[in-house]
Amino acid sequence: MLEEIGKTEEGDLIINIGPQHPSTHGVLHLVITLNGETVKKVEPHLGYIHRSIEKMSESLSYRQFIYATSRMDYLSSHINNHGCALCVEQGLEVEIPERAQVIRVLMGELTRIASHVLWWGALAMDVGAITPFFHAFRERELLNDLMEETCGARLTMNYMVPGGVMFDLHPNFQRRVHEFISMFKSKIGEYDELVTNNAIFINRMKGVGYISREDAISYGCSGPVARASGVSCDIRKLYPYDIYGKVQLEEVLDDGGDCYARYIVRMKEMQQSLSVIEQLIDNIPSGDHMAKTKAVLKLPKGEYYSRVETARGEFGVYIVSEGKMTPYRIKYRSPGFSNLSAIDHMARGQKIGDLVAIMGSLDLVIPDIDR
Amino acid sequence: MTLKTYFSNIFSTIRSLLKGMRRTGYYFTHHKEIITQQYPEYKPPLPERFRGEVVMPHNADNEHKCTGCTACELACPNGTIKIVTKQEINAAGKKKKALDTFVYHLELCTMCNLCIVACPTDAIEMAQSFEHSVFDRNSLIKTLNEPGSKLEEGIE
Repeated sequence: MLEEIGKTEEGDLIINIGPQHPSTHGVLHLVITLNGETVKKVEPHLGYIHRSIEKMSESLSYRQFIYATSRMDYLSSHINNHGCALCVEQGLEVEIPERAQVIRVLMGELTRIASHVLWWGALAMDVGAITPFFHAFRERELLNDLMEETCGARLTMNYMVPGGVMFDLHPNFQRRVHEFISMFKSKIGEYDELVTNNAIFINRMKGVGYISREDAISYGCSGPVARASGVSCDIRKLYPYDIYGKVQLEEVLDDGGDCYARYIVRMKEMQQSLSVIEQLIDNIPSGDHMAKTKAVLKLPKGEYYSRVETARGEFGVYIVSEGKMTPYRIKYRSPGFSNLSAIDHMARGQKIGDLVAIMGSLDLVIPDIDR
Repeated sequence: MTLKTYFSNIFSTIRSLLKGMRRTGYYFTHHKEIITQQYPEYKPPLPERFRGEVVMPHNADNEHKCTGCTACELACPNGTIKIVTKQEINAAGKKKKALDTFVYHLELCTMCNLCIVACPTDAIEMAQSFEHSVFDRNSLIKTLNEPGSKLEEGIE
């Protein structure tokens, strides 16, 4: 049956969405085959924002290549930097001070909230509500200010370096995070009032873009997309890195498999991230924020792999070293690429209006897909 | 679908919509919670760690701290910094390497802060300026050390 639907017949309409379409959140190009209003096939065309970051990294040293990963998944740049730093540290075999570990996890969870908040606003805008977008940016702005004070940048942080973090926390950091937590708790209720319980929104999301547990696994989905289909895949829980093994964290699972399940998973994840921040913010150990490392980093000959959980799913860094100053090969496993590959499966047989909701629920960041 | 569920669906839909409208109405009537900033007229203060561009601070006697060791040039991932050195004879009569020109390509810079961390004498730092747009690309290539400046006493 599925093969039948995939074939182009006479009378089918082929439409391009993107690369310059506002609802694709970037330069994603989808070629969709339509039969009336029903989607028969979705074909993503990639490469519009390919910057060859992997190849570029081969000529950069182990300190330098990290800055480029902030520009891949720019909404969770802290977590991307974290993954790279972990991989280099694995090769260097250095012990990271506990203070640096806590700072990293705190920053990672704040980034996750900022990313999910932006996704919430963008998804609501995709399905036709403009107001939530401004509400989302209001909260994200506070997080950006808070990170700007400590890291010096708002989007492309380059804060986590091999051995720890680049600067110590700003003296205002703890106070401002406390302010943010108390403010954000009331705002989550506001989000539910505005969007989650809205009857029109529920009708647009429920039963749309279904993907089963088995299909989510075989497409290699990760992050909230897979967890909404009941696949347990939270790297923070399964393969804890840094301080994650010691904090109370609940993996959010849902077995709906549709757009609404993915929505609910992300909304609950925001609360989980808040609880992790609450556990850590008053218990930041004192000490150094960086381990002593050599001026020139050289990884011993071999292969290294580390993975972290970004806001979109599993982000993997694979380094092949020949013992020189620069890596022989770097490969990134980006969550967006695998999640996008499932869009054809999700959209087949749905209406064209639902395609935008499916794209929104996947939380695609195009520079992360193309690299 | 019975008539009862038909009407209860209509009412619950309207109730959920009104709830959202109430929230929107709240912000419509509470102007103090509007956070829009009128940017060119009002510029919010930037934190001191903000990375705008690389600058080289000079003291009152037009002296900087750069020894021309090229640690920042090596640390830069984009080739933003080019350092030209010269041979200078110091007070003791010895020949010594000194900074001639510190060329900084702002158009290539990604503000990653690696040069600032690498500098052993804290000669360069990040400035808070961020309005860098110009009409001519060449005016983004800057020389950071001021003309006639020299190395501060006591810095090796």
